[in-house]
Amino acid sequence: MTQERPNPDELLRTVKEEERRSRRGKLTIFFGAAAGVGKTYAMLEAARDELEQEKRDVVVGIIETHGRYDTGALLLGLPILPRKRIPYRNIVLEELDLDAALARRPAVLLVDELAHTNAEGLRHAKRWQDVEELLEAGIDVYSTLNVQHIESLNDVVAQITGVIVRETVPDSVVEEATEVHLVDLPPDQLLERLREGKVYLGAQAARAAENFFRKGNLIALRELALRQTAERVDADMRVWKAAHGIDRTWATTERLLVGLSPSPASSQLVRAARRMAGSLHATWIAVYVETPASIRLSADERAQLAQNLRLAQQLGAETVTLTGENAAEETVRYARKRNVSKIVVGKPTHPRWRDLFGPSFLDIIVRSSGDADVYVISGEARAKPSVARAKPPIRPGGRRAYVATVFIIATATWISWELFGWDQLADVVMVLLLGIVIVAMRFGYGPSLLAAVLGVLSFDFFFVPPYFTFAVTDLRHILTFAIMFLVAIVISSLTQRIRAQADGARERENRTASLYAMSRELGAAASADALYEAAVRHIADVFDCKVAILTPLSSGELAPVGGGELAFLPGEKEMGVASWAFTHDRAAGLSTDTLPSASAIYIPLRAGKTQVGALGILPTDPRHFIDANQGQLLSTFAGQLATAIERVTLSEAAQRALVQIETEQLRNSLLSSVSHDLRTPLAVITGSAATLTEPGLDEPTRAELLATIQEEGHRLNRLVRNLLDMTRLQAGALHVKKEWQDIEEVIGSALTRVEDRLGTRAVETHLAPGLPMAPFDSILIEQVLINLLENALKYTPDGTTIEISARAVDGAIEVSVSDRGPGVPPADAEKVFEKFYRAGAGEGRGGVGLGLTICRGVITAHGGRLWVDARPGGGAAFRFTIPLDGPPPKVRVDEEPVSAEGATA
Amino acid sequence: MSEPLPLVLVVEDEAQMRRFICVSLTNHEYRVIEAERGQLALDLATSHNPDLVLLDLGLPDMDGLTVTQALRSWMRAPIIVISARGQEDDKIRALDAGADDYVTKPFSMGELLARMRVALRHSAERGSDGGTSTITIADLRIDLVARLVFVGEDEIHLTPNEYKLLVVLARNAGKVLTHQQLLREVWGPNHANDTQYLRVYMGQLRHKLEKIPAQPRYLVTEPGVGYRLREE
Repeated sequence: MTQERPNPDELLRTVKEEERRSRRGKLTIFFGAAAGVGKTYAMLEAARDELEQEKRDVVVGIIETHGRYDTGALLLGLPILPRKRIPYRNIVLEELDLDAALARRPAVLLVDELAHTNAEGLRHAKRWQDVEELLEAGIDVYSTLNVQHIESLNDVVAQITGVIVRETVPDSVVEEATEVHLVDLPPDQLLERLREGKVYLGAQAARAAENFFRKGNLIALRELALRQTAERVDADMRVWKAAHGIDRTWATTERLLVGLSPSPASSQLVRAARRMAGSLHATWIAVYVETPASIRLSADERAQLAQNLRLAQQLGAETVTLTGENAAEETVRYARKRNVSKIVVGKPTHPRWRDLFGPSFLDIIVRSSGDADVYVISGEARAKPSVARAKPPIRPGGRRAYVATVFIIATATWISWELFGWDQLADVVMVLLLGIVIVAMRFGYGPSLLAAVLGVLSFDFFFVPPYFTFAVTDLRHILTFAIMFLVAIVISSLTQRIRAQADGARERENRTASLYAMSRELGAAASADALYEAAVRHIADVFDCKVAILTPLSSGELAPVGGGELAFLPGEKEMGVASWAFTHDRAAGLSTDTLPSASAIYIPLRAGKTQVGALGILPTDPRHFIDANQGQLLSTFAGQLATAIERVTLSEAAQRALVQIETEQLRNSLLSSVSHDLRTPLAVITGSAATLTEPGLDEPTRAELLATIQEEGHRLNRLVRNLLDMTRLQAGALHVKKEWQDIEEVIGSALTRVEDRLGTRAVETHLAPGLPMAPFDSILIEQVLINLLENALKYTPDGTTIEISARAVDGAIEVSVSDRGPGVPPADAEKVFEKFYRAGAGEGRGGVGLGLTICRGVITAHGGRLWVDARPGGGAAFRFTIPLDGPPPKVRVDEEPVSAEGATA
Repeated sequence: MSEPLPLVLVVEDEAQMRRFICVSLTNHEYRVIEAERGQLALDLATSHNPDLVLLDLGLPDMDGLTVTQALRSWMRAPIIVISARGQEDDKIRALDAGADDYVTKPFSMGELLARMRVALRHSAERGSDGGTSTITIADLRIDLVARLVFVGEDEIHLTPNEYKLLVVLARNAGKVLTHQQLLREVWGPNHANDTQYLRVYMGQLRHKLEKIPAQPRYLVTEPGVGYRLREE
């Protein structure tokens, strides 16, 4: 008989394949300076190599041949994935079918043009995001890229070629690529190919020759591509050195800081900083300082700022938003705090005369930069026109503000006229200025301007000779006018600024307060439901939206939790978006790059390393939704929520674990107790029975033995009953069937049951008259009474009285079973109800100590309380309450008694 | 010619239990036939026509309710069911289906014998066209003709429904009557589920008839099942 052992090589191969499959896929980029150098061709050649030599499963995802014959020829023999067809207006666009590729799971997938923008409706906005997903799924990808598509080189290329390329790929994608093959072609040869029609055909070729494909451009681009590749090789070299323990010649303690602004030129700065950071191998920080002036940013400016921040993030910066009075000072302060070695700013764009009024941003930076170097990058005015400065927001009131202004100035004039007249001009000026200040305080820029003008005119008209004309005889008064006007402007602009600051501070305070309020409520939430409700309420309030909280079920699928009118239920498609966000740990949906056509944004909730769910935000007004600040705040809220959910989940798990431990403990103590307490009566029974078989026993002895057997049998019965009840109680299997009934009945039946064991003890019952019915389970409560009575019997001597009473208390009935026994010492008043507690010396052998515990369990299950009081005069009184949940059902009772005459047979 | 001893069919699957019941019954002058399965019980009942059936509800092959219904479909002899603790629902269903009384394991033979006596007496009385005009149980006396109720020397005034209720219990004195049975008898089949009525009226009866309502001498409550008018 041979035993087949698995082939170890086989095993190893399988394991390796599994490992490889679970790893991230490798990205190989075929990189070139311009279109037509032969990237796609090279990629296809490499692919065919893989297929034929290495025998790997190579599939074509999407390839653009652009009608070039030789490229097309290489496609023969390679399996091609059908493209996804997207109807768009009256044409049909063809895109990479990502889901089909994921399902097909080839070893290598060819995806041409990494920088391509996907058509609308696809999961990702960009093809490189599709590739990311493929890589994450463990599929190796070959792709092509031109140097102009690299994000950080975007403006450099624009400078060279004059063409702004919109399709870009973040540097991180290229950096993380496993291999970058440079496909190099000297510009002359490329131009030759263009002429031969091997790059573009017909009209396209002619256009290309004129614009992009000028020799100067091609040379510069080639240099750029070569340099990029060289840098990469350098990086590889360094990694190799480090891996082999060869000393690094410098430590990367360089840190860069670049200042952001809402202008489009800022993005150039960001890219330049990225390049610098890249070559210095430094970390870099992108900083935006929120000043009082930021309140007055227009929506477009805010969007541009958000875009700039996102760009910086994408390119690998740490983004920070600071608040402060002065942008430059705040920036420098932060730079110093973070030990920044190089600060990157843009060249000043304001006119020279502004410098007269104080140091410019650049001045402050340069002067207070201390040890840090300052790099001033030039940013030429781009093709994009700068966005028109938004009008400052008009205060609520609008036209009414202007009317009020006129009114106030008029009043000020009148007061001056009455009080001062023509002699005390200084006081007049003061009063008018006061009027202007009042306007500035209450209203906005426009009205204060109007107030200043009106003030001056009024002064001129009423108080300056020649009176009641606008002419001026003494030219010195012109100076007065000018100064008045100036002061007015200064005061009003100062007031505006203060108000803007106050508004800014208030808004920040609101944000912080709302975050704090939510954290506090989340922290205090005792249950998951309370948590969800609190979170939904806060988030909906702060972001003016509807909220959905989704947590994973045991199957891994997401399901919405919580509810209420502020929550929304995502539809099936939306759930797909949410699942994607959850699985990939990236925000998806509205205003993101992934599935932006969704109606809500879904943010993954992650606490530390665990994914706890996803948060869906459905804004009431999608247009005025996420700007940079909101985005940060939202992720902070999400973080809080995630932590809170984790906490609640963990505490629930901990509680379950605790219950399990307790159950285990109970089971153990039960087992040990049971074995002793069951064996003893059993031993007596078997022993007595055995003795009975012995010959020569006299009648009284036999009778005694037989009685003992009976007695022990009853005892065993009680024991077993108690044990079973206890087990049911612990297992939560106690079903309380409540019915409205009189406590009198159960008292009666319980007494009947213990009748024969009363001996010479007397039983007194005192039930309050008119005792209402109560809802309870008669069998269970009878058991409670029996247990209490048995206890009383056990611990009280013969001849004493046992009393049972019942009375109505507020919202319940209270029943007492009292005896004249030794009583329960106050120290043990709670202990008696514990499992297996037995009082010291009881009459005869006690039970297993569960009777009172069971009683308490039953009463608690009814919603009542059970406790023991000491009786004055000795003895114990066990009292329990049964709550009356509501009024008993009405029963119509007939009043008429039966009379002998009126009776019919 | 002496009357033959009453024949009891004991249906119980536990052999030891069957043993001691049969021994005890024989001692108390009953004739006994045994069955340990429901099907056998039905066959024996058909062939031997017992005067009383003792039926254990925990039979392995058929459930007690089915046996009760089957027996009741043609047999008028009393059926006493033996139930275990926790089998309340089965017990009540069996009683509603026609069983006359019950005992709960572990029971005392004394109790069982007492119930058997009651059951047999009622069965005999039923045969003999109940022409009693008075029912007397200890101090309680009910004059069925004049519709008067006395406890000792005192006349007790009852409302029509209370009277009806008392009479039903008295006519079945010693036997347990389920809530449903009582409701049907007194208030009619439409009210079979109005347990509230029953409780209220029983309460009133207790307070009118019993010296200490909380320690009733006559009107005993069987928790979860129904009521019984105690004889001895």
